[in-house]
Amino acid sequence: MLDFALWTSMALVVAALLLNVYRLAVGPDMPDRLLALDTMYVNSIALIVLMGLWLNTKTYFESALLIAMLGFISTVAVCKYLLRGDIIE
Amino acid sequence: MTLYVLLEGLIAFLLVAGGAFAFIGSLGMAHLQDFYMRLHGPTKATTLGIGCMLAASMLYFWVIDGQPHVQEMLITLFLFITAPVSAHLLAKTGLHLRLRRADRTRGDPPELRDEEVGEKPVPHPDLGHG
Repeated sequence: MLDFALWTSMALVVAALLLNVYRLAVGPDMPDRLLALDTMYVNSIALIVLMGLWLNTKTYFESALLIAMLGFISTVAVCKYLLRGDIIE
Repeated sequence: MTLYVLLEGLIAFLLVAGGAFAFIGSLGMAHLQDFYMRLHGPTKATTLGIGCMLAASMLYFWVIDGQPHVQEMLITLFLFITAPVSAHLLAKTGLHLRLRRADRTRGDPPELRDEEVGEKPVPHPDLGHG
């Protein structure tokens, strides 16, 4: 049962990543692409967590935490750049 | 023994629900019409989905090892704090750039109104100057 749930969840997350890539390539404006990139960060964290469940190891949670922090900071930086034309004023 | 079957069912349900929520969030982002609608999907559905998946992972390693781990809790806390902040900044960016919106998108934020400055002369409030 757990194997089936794990594979179903992985397939759904990979399909979500493909939809994000579509929006990243097509998205008409800059905030659309930024939103797609932010969602890709979250979905890749989900994929790392699922990989940790699949390999039965806890090694990768630190990398998931790191990706979460860097994704948030990069989103905020690009938003500030688009809002103000500068990142640190 | 039946406790473990119940826990396995709970973990499997959380995994499938998390994957479904993440997929629905990304589907909304790919399918909806304008930026202000697209912001809804990843902000709420994807955050709930990854919360479900991290809860499943935490429960699994708790059952395997016999003690809970802090890392999943930290990731969940961090994501649940940062998702509204980044969504707020993205919405501000979209309003600042005056992105076009569909007709069904309601609301009249002051950032999207036309400027009224200098369109008609304002008389001086003091009498005698008029």
